[in-house]
Amino acid sequence: MEFHMIHLMPFADLDLDYDKSHNSAWVTLPNTYYDPAKGAKLYNRYIDELVYADQLGFDGVCCNEHHQNAYGLMPIPGVIAGALVRETKNCKVAVLGRALPLLTYPLSVAEEYAMLDNISNGRLIAGFVRGIGAEYHSTGVNPAESHGRFHEAHDLIIQAWTKPGPSRYEGKYYHFDYVNTWPRPVQQPHPPIWIPSQGSRETIEWAAHPTRKYTYLQTFSPVEQLRRFMGLYAQQCEKYGYQVQPQQLGWATPIYVSDTDESAIREARPHIEAFYNKFLRMPIEMLLPPGYLSLASLAAVGDKARAAAARPKALTIESVIEQGMFLCGSADTVAQQLEHHQKEVGYGKVIAMMQFGTLPHDLTKRSMELFAGKVMPRLRHIGENTAPVVVEAAE
Amino acid sequence: MSEPKEFYETIAGCKVQMLRGGKGAPLLFLHGGGGAGVWLPFFKTLADKFEVIVPEHPGFGRSDMPDWLDNIGDFANFYLEFMDKLGLTGVNLVGTSLGGWIAADLAVRDSGPLRTLTLVAPAGIHVQGVPKSDIFLWTPEQTVRNLFADPAMVEMALKRTPDEEERRRQMKNALTMAKVGWQPRLYDPHLRKWLHRIDVPTLIVWGDSDKVIPPAYGPAYRDLIPGSRLEVLKGCGHLPHIEKSAETVALVTNFIEEAK
Repeated sequence: MEFHMIHLMPFADLDLDYDKSHNSAWVTLPNTYYDPAKGAKLYNRYIDELVYADQLGFDGVCCNEHHQNAYGLMPIPGVIAGALVRETKNCKVAVLGRALPLLTYPLSVAEEYAMLDNISNGRLIAGFVRGIGAEYHSTGVNPAESHGRFHEAHDLIIQAWTKPGPSRYEGKYYHFDYVNTWPRPVQQPHPPIWIPSQGSRETIEWAAHPTRKYTYLQTFSPVEQLRRFMGLYAQQCEKYGYQVQPQQLGWATPIYVSDTDESAIREARPHIEAFYNKFLRMPIEMLLPPGYLSLASLAAVGDKARAAAARPKALTIESVIEQGMFLCGSADTVAQQLEHHQKEVGYGKVIAMMQFGTLPHDLTKRSMELFAGKVMPRLRHIGENTAPVVVEAAE
Repeated sequence: MSEPKEFYETIAGCKVQMLRGGKGAPLLFLHGGGGAGVWLPFFKTLADKFEVIVPEHPGFGRSDMPDWLDNIGDFANFYLEFMDKLGLTGVNLVGTSLGGWIAADLAVRDSGPLRTLTLVAPAGIHVQGVPKSDIFLWTPEQTVRNLFADPAMVEMALKRTPDEEERRRQMKNALTMAKVGWQPRLYDPHLRKWLHRIDVPTLIVWGDSDKVIPPAYGPAYRDLIPGSRLEVLKGCGHLPHIEKSAETVALVTNFIEEAK
């Protein structure tokens, strides 16, 4: 099993009462809520936490991309990744970004990733995402073009890395006569590619394709959805005529470890509740602009889920633990849960979000130490080559 | 009063649904982002004097979603082909909101098949410093509240619960609306440069309480289309043909008759 630490770098000093006058921490929340003096400290604290993860023996550190929000302060993740490739020594550095459809010049990602891969001497993991729906409100990019632009931008970047330049790319959204990216990546033919998703049939079919076999990350979802989508991925691999490997599946989830289950819940409560109820808060119109999902996917989301999303209830730490949207407890408890779900679902990578919402530095650090010292060693041996159980996937 | 008949026609590889009713000179109605498929009182009354044709645009309602649909120009060319295929000449073209944008774009390309043009709160241009509302961030309830000026009309519309079929059509309509109107938001920066080419009598109708496209867009459109006339309806929101149906019918009918 591999262990990576992901950071969202939230604006943890956010006035949590913002929701008395604003309906979301995204897109329209005035940026006067951001305090640069506090933000400057937070950025450096967060980078230190990721560097510490390398020192503690995590296999990788991950940064993230979101725009115009308090939830995550990495609109240009390459800035953070640039610091990380120099400050870390051993671990991989993943950018989980970049939101390809938002770009008019996606070759900038081929360039940026190749630079990071060179400076880190081959430690880069290349993430490709569509960005969440809110991004399309913030950037003005047409959500109805999201899938088309994503696929073209991806093909263009892979071409830039693998086809000797200059070559030509002729697409509907992107057309370049001179694809000739300098530098070329250190890792050949290209850095490993991860696809974070909240579960979409189109993405799974695409990522699992034998020409790609990309690592699929299920992000911040209830265990029920983790089972369903990883089951779908495994089924899709079988349809393509091969068996899914554990390293193709990763689970990204917030984790908090303390001495006992009781102290973990007590310490984490306000911070994880702030994460789900305040930082992630957005109306369904912001999350799912028309066209972001295909009509088939939208229908599959279901009226019930859409209605629930439209009238969000405040989540409690108990409810998010119960749904498996948060692993929280003693090292024993957390290790048992990760092992249990691994046996069921078959993932070979855990992407641990060790800081969430308002969780302060001291608690983040201690939880990281307990996780690296007492949880990771117990689970190293699992999820390496064992074939996963293929879960009956719900349609 | 004539009852409409439902037809399907395949044009440019796209099967479209349309309602047709009434007798007289052809009046082609191009709907807005909410779609069509319902024979409104507005059509019923117009059908006393005109042959009223109400298609659902490609990508909307019961019509196909064609691969070729990307922008308003595609709609405009489609409807030129549509009129050609149906043998329509001397057409009184009426477009509202998105449909008004299509109608204006079409008339710039080729006004040959048209006798008159009526634009009801058309999208299509941008007036510097006068933002349109962000319709894509409205909840369904906010949408209803913002579409109508009359509170009674709002309450009536809020009481309607669409069935599953209609909900699916609404999602399809919203997707197509985003496809053609998301960015630049509900306008084409190049349209205003050529609106002066429109050479058929043109009526522009706006509600004075339009919260989708502010009434300030009315004079802007009028000034861009030579010889056009602007009529502003009091106490009316973005959908004059629904909210002020009788007044709008009267405006359109008188305008067409005067244009003879």
